[in-house]
Amino acid sequence: MTVRASSELMTARVRTSTAYRLRGGLAMILTYAVLILIAAISSLPMFWMISTSLKPYGREFVFPPEWIPVPVVWSNYIDVWGESSIHLYTINSFLVAGLATFGTILSCSIVAFGFARLQFFGRDLLFGVLVATLMLPGIVVLVPTFILFHHLNWIDTPMPLIVPWWFGGGAFGGAFYVFLMRQFMLQLPLELDEAALVDGASHLRIYWQIILPLAKPALAATGIFSFIHHWNDFLHPLIFLHAETWRTLALGLRFFMFSETYGNVGRWNLMMAAAVVMLLPVLILFFSAQRYFIRGIALTGLTGR
Amino acid sequence: MATARALNQPRRRDRIHWRQHLRGYAFISPWIVGFLMFSAYPVFYSAFLAFTDYDLLSAPEFVGTRNFTKMAGDRLFYTALGNTAYFTFISVPLQLALALGMALLLNLKLRGINLFRTTFYLPTVVPQVASVILFVYMYNPEFGVFNAILGWFGLPKLGWLANPTMAKPAFVIMSLWHVGAQMVIFLAGLQAVPTALQEAASIDGAGVLRRFWHVTVPMISPVIFFNLVIGIIGSFQVFTSAYIATDGGPKHATLFYVLWLYRHAFENFRMGYASALGWILLGIILIFTAINFAASRRWVYYEGAGA
Repeated sequence: MTVRASSELMTARVRTSTAYRLRGGLAMILTYAVLILIAAISSLPMFWMISTSLKPYGREFVFPPEWIPVPVVWSNYIDVWGESSIHLYTINSFLVAGLATFGTILSCSIVAFGFARLQFFGRDLLFGVLVATLMLPGIVVLVPTFILFHHLNWIDTPMPLIVPWWFGGGAFGGAFYVFLMRQFMLQLPLELDEAALVDGASHLRIYWQIILPLAKPALAATGIFSFIHHWNDFLHPLIFLHAETWRTLALGLRFFMFSETYGNVGRWNLMMAAAVVMLLPVLILFFSAQRYFIRGIALTGLTGR
Repeated sequence: MATARALNQPRRRDRIHWRQHLRGYAFISPWIVGFLMFSAYPVFYSAFLAFTDYDLLSAPEFVGTRNFTKMAGDRLFYTALGNTAYFTFISVPLQLALALGMALLLNLKLRGINLFRTTFYLPTVVPQVASVILFVYMYNPEFGVFNAILGWFGLPKLGWLANPTMAKPAFVIMSLWHVGAQMVIFLAGLQAVPTALQEAASIDGAGVLRRFWHVTVPMISPVIFFNLVIGIIGSFQVFTSAYIATDGGPKHATLFYVLWLYRHAFENFRMGYASALGWILLGIILIFTAINFAASRRWVYYEGAGA
């Protein structure tokens, strides 16, 4: 890599005149300067979050602010983990996000298989309906679904956050995932299905043993998006969960902000430590599966929220 | 044609067809159930509720168009609408410009560009709750980071979220940290622009700016259009940041439409009025989407869509 780059640089040097090279060099330096500036501004909030989470009590309101915490107080994390119910919220978040994601992958991939690989009456019309639900603002269905879940006695249970996702997500945004996986499945050659049919395989088996394994990149993208979406979701837990039993991290963080022990006395270091705890799983997921993530966004134009 | 085929084919074939249809529906049945229960039913039910008074305790009571007339006479309705429009029409163009600028930089073939791609995208994965709380802290008028940075340039401290005129701009600035998704979509669009076109324009003597304006922009105009439509739909529904950071204040400066709807529905349990508000929002979003689509014929260029 380096060898090739430097040899290209050499030939470029031989070919261009001194004046041109200077201008090119200056443009290059300016470009990097802008890139680094934007990178710095982009990372500022996250840097500030981590820096504050390691500050000793009282140093969070010093002005001008101290960029590097002195001394570094790792025990903030132990305090947050031990003194609050954050461990409960973390377990809840993992359960809700995990179960919803599992249901999304399963149900949306079956539906995508139907739309991508099978012929049936009204298929394209129904797919149009599915795409149209993407345009429906979630807020319009929020009131009636709340009433529905209220009558089903599902309020204060994790059911409203999980069950719709086992049925393609309804108007909560599941159509994105069907769309993504259908796009992917359309690219796989139809001969695969035909050959399997000749060998006597059922369509369910073709879905499960041929298409699903081949659609792994799309499944991975769906899984990552879905997990992060549910992990970060604030509005739906806010509406459907009022008691503490099932409170998720997103809700819990907001309660910290207004609680007696943290928010009211401005324990910003502990609040930021809790925020980092919430951020960590997302970061790990993002870095371990970055390529699926970026490709998935480009495929669907999904906003990732 | 279709009838001719149906007549010519033996009955057994029809049965296989019938089974094929059924099989298709079996595979998409999870979505059909989900669509009926969690999309279609709520939409129709909400349309019904919009003409009722309903507090969850007693049965919905039909009130005709009273919810809508009450809305028309409600001062806060216009405040919420105005705030939301302000936020949308300021933040969406800025978001698109920033995302496109970043994507153009990231499309350069430079060493270490992948590292920059990751860094530029990273703020977008931060959970919104976490980032809003963080911004509340950074916007603090007394000890916040933003005022410290203003201080570097000799500028006075600002009130940010505590100041009625600064609060909305503060929300716009906050929204600029989450343009990663739009940026990646722009980047994908830029990478699909054939280099041959750029080179041809370059040979014809077009400079960087002219190439950008006359080659790149038309080629990625569908992507700009997509980001614009999605951006407007999303911005009209701004909620979480306002709910956590300011709860609509100061002096209703950040009372956004969905926050106001939320209060009616889930704090006062006025489900009928909230449903009516939801339908007005849906109508507004549909109108803007329609305007967007109509205007797009004048500026969006689809390659291969005829001369």
